[in-house]
Amino acid sequence: MTTLTGTAGAVRRRAGELPRSALVGAVVAVWVLLWIPLHGRATLALSTSELSPLHERLNDLRDAVNNTRGSSPVFSAFFDVIREAVDALTVFLQSLISQPAYGRPVPLIGWLGVVAVATLGAYAAGNLRVAVLTAAGFTSFGLLGFWQESMDTLALTLAAVLICLAIGIPLGIWAGLSDRLNRLLTPVLDFMQTMPTFVYLAPLTLFFLIGPASAVIATLVYSLPPVVRITAHGIRSVAPTSVEAGTSLGATRWQLLRTVRVPLAKRTIVLGVNQTVMCALSMVTIAALIDAPGLGQVVLRALQTLDVGTAFSAGLAIVIMAIVLDRVTTAARDRVETRYRLGPRARGRRRVLLAGLGVGTAVALYLSYTYVWAAYFPGPESGGVVGAQLATGVTDVTDWVQLHLGAVTDAIRNAISYGLLNPLQSLIAESPWYLVSAVVLAVAWIVAGPRIVPTAAVCLALLVGTGLWQEAMVTLSATLVATVIVMALGLVVGVWMGRSDRADGLVRPTLDAAQVMPAFVYLVPFLGLFGASRFTAIVAAVVFAAPVAIKLVADGVRGVPATVVEAATSSGSTAWQVITKVQLPLARQSVTLAANQGLIYVLSMVVVGGLVGAGALGYLVVAGFSQSDLYGKGLAAGVAVVLLGVLLDRTTQAAARRFDAGTRRGKDS
Amino acid sequence: MTVGALALTGCGSKIEDSGSATPSRAACGTVNIAVNPWVGYQADAAVIAYLATNELGCKVEKKNLTEEVSWQGFGTGAVDVVLENWGHDDLKKTYIEQQGVAVEYGSTGNKGIIGWYVPPWLAQQYPDITDWNNLNKYADKFKTSESGGKGQLLLGDPSFVTNDEALVKNLELNFKVVYAGSETALIQAFRTAEQQKQWMIGYFYEPQWFLNEVKLVHVNLPPYTAGCDADPKTVACDYAPYDLDKIVSKKFADSGSPAAALVKNFQWTNEHQNAVALDIAVNKLSDDDAAKKWVEANRDVWQAWLKN
Repeated sequence: MTTLTGTAGAVRRRAGELPRSALVGAVVAVWVLLWIPLHGRATLALSTSELSPLHERLNDLRDAVNNTRGSSPVFSAFFDVIREAVDALTVFLQSLISQPAYGRPVPLIGWLGVVAVATLGAYAAGNLRVAVLTAAGFTSFGLLGFWQESMDTLALTLAAVLICLAIGIPLGIWAGLSDRLNRLLTPVLDFMQTMPTFVYLAPLTLFFLIGPASAVIATLVYSLPPVVRITAHGIRSVAPTSVEAGTSLGATRWQLLRTVRVPLAKRTIVLGVNQTVMCALSMVTIAALIDAPGLGQVVLRALQTLDVGTAFSAGLAIVIMAIVLDRVTTAARDRVETRYRLGPRARGRRRVLLAGLGVGTAVALYLSYTYVWAAYFPGPESGGVVGAQLATGVTDVTDWVQLHLGAVTDAIRNAISYGLLNPLQSLIAESPWYLVSAVVLAVAWIVAGPRIVPTAAVCLALLVGTGLWQEAMVTLSATLVATVIVMALGLVVGVWMGRSDRADGLVRPTLDAAQVMPAFVYLVPFLGLFGASRFTAIVAAVVFAAPVAIKLVADGVRGVPATVVEAATSSGSTAWQVITKVQLPLARQSVTLAANQGLIYVLSMVVVGGLVGAGALGYLVVAGFSQSDLYGKGLAAGVAVVLLGVLLDRTTQAAARRFDAGTRRGKDS
Repeated sequence: MTVGALALTGCGSKIEDSGSATPSRAACGTVNIAVNPWVGYQADAAVIAYLATNELGCKVEKKNLTEEVSWQGFGTGAVDVVLENWGHDDLKKTYIEQQGVAVEYGSTGNKGIIGWYVPPWLAQQYPDITDWNNLNKYADKFKTSESGGKGQLLLGDPSFVTNDEALVKNLELNFKVVYAGSETALIQAFRTAEQQKQWMIGYFYEPQWFLNEVKLVHVNLPPYTAGCDADPKTVACDYAPYDLDKIVSKKFADSGSPAAALVKNFQWTNEHQNAVALDIAVNKLSDDDAAKKWVEANRDVWQAWLKN
């Protein structure tokens, strides 16, 4: 009986699906037919140096703010208080671990002390394995020759993360309890995450001056949303039965929160902390543009002289820091659960080890406070023990690759550019704006249902309003091509990883590294391989976005019950049939989520793309940051990126939900 | 980033308070120097910081900032000195004329040249390419996947105000402007073009350390005459040569600090700057070591900067 209804559902689903894809095909066909007579008309093109009245008005606004800075009491009362508090926290952390302080030529805690404290902390929060990893990771900063820079980066990241948690966790808990606040916060958080940092970097220094405060606040804007969102999600997903149990025992609202909701959501909240740490670290290089000290400075400097090797070793230090912090917070999250399950003997052993590490740390702290050898990381001043050799090696390898693979990479670039990107771009960017808008609305309706249409229409209207329609369309076409490549990689590698533990163990560390390695590090070799072009920007976006898509697909495939796969295999299905008929269809939800996240991650690389020849919105954002005349236009371009992000995100999410609901209805019937 | 003396020696020794161990000779105090993101500027800042620290006993704070953000710092006190300013009449208007927080402090002696350049192999093989009149003849060769069937003119650094779109139009060139988006992208493009004998023409400028590695050749546009670039819509001439100058905050100029006199007197040639920039960019010396090397070899040049 179940098989019968199941099949019937599948048939109905297929029947319901066919017209949908056919409809999209028809819309595109009509579009192409209309493009032939209409192309080049009403494209709303604006040359790079031209400004629209809106852009000029934004410039004037900036000037007005600039001129009132200092004379207005609002500034001194409000912004200066915040700035001084943030500055004080950051400078305190720096004087602990990175900068000379209190009349000493070195910070209070030298390298030995920092390594010991970090190891102790990792063991206390997690387990022995991450403690060893932490000790090795922190020592490697010194071996790479970037001890002080790493500590500056760590101090800044810690300051930003501490403030994020102080604001984000209470806000997240509140948003978890109140639907109204949640609805209010969501667009604000979207805006904070998708608005390119370059847009608010220069205004930040207007409000908070040049100094640690501006760098920390720039980092904070980008890394606050995850902890708020994930905390709210955690509070929301506490099982209603647990809450009911609490209520029936007569607990007040506050008691419920303290004893039921927060403890049960703890695991999820720690995941939010983890994501916030990762986001904060990804801002290291960009914050360096407004004088944030640390590893980002090394990367930017190396970029000026195209010194790939040095940029790589500094980037490697950032990657190591990210991996250490990620593993420690993940272990801390798991400990939240396992703590209660430890037997008395294991608990005793743990206490002894903790006490031992504590004593060792106290000794290390004393030594690093008092003696030069424990304060300064030993080794040559520039390049450290292994950093210089590593840098030279990396430079040699990239030089060789650029010299010998140039012909191949040119061919790849030309094939994708002429074969896919140029036709798509001329279809999207050279159609009249009303035609593209109509097509977008029609496609959104077909794939995501009528409820998405108002949102999409508002986004499109605002895009026209930014005065950068054609630029946005050029960016959109490159984004679509990059997303297609990301999804192709996501499916191939994700399925491979999902089906094989060995593949997973092999590939996952590379994915982690690709996600946290600052894009600035690999831009130079990519430029060498593909030249300054839109394709280089696409490759950079793929490197950043593919890991997320791959991981999501892999998790989805892994989540398919083993019994189902075994049943299919035993009934004589080939591996290909198992993948296409069983594993991927059952992992659909993960695949659609991967597509959504892939798109958003690609979009977050638009600005980096602008640095390597993608032009369009990304270039305008960068130019707006560095040319005062173009400030307003850059701001408008940033808003256009946000609008594209909202449009694509809402549409794919609604499509996924609808798809999902359809599948479930099919199953239930 | 603080350039200061460290009271540390040998292994096993104890850390001692540095306190006020080094008494400053004059009331110099702290000098905040903005360091804009290109190597030539870094060379200027390295030498000035070295001299201010070692000869005048100042405490120098270098701040790594882009141009516009540096100018913002004049008003708020975060920045005292900008050492290599390329034009920026708009910023001068805002911060010198309107807000009155900054003052011009004379030329650095460096001449800034902006223009269109080709890699040396191209100029050697096709000598007539350096005349703009012949550019259309070769337009086909400059085609790329980015240039939509026309020749590609590669622009780079977003921080420069450029006339190139107007130039292409007004000189009726069959070229399309493509934005490389960063100095890094532009340098890498020229490097690849020379290495692999590719066709390439793009925007570049001197002084720049990369010209010591690959001697790019300037393409002559109709010569610049005063006022020919007044209207950005009809401009059809080469870029004006820039007299690179120094800008300091009003407060710093009035402070009577010996460092202010040093900045005011600072003047050197493109060769001087290139020597220091090359040591930083290619020979991988630290800023301080590169400055020390130049200072030791050019005593007669900088002695004159220290006079009040």
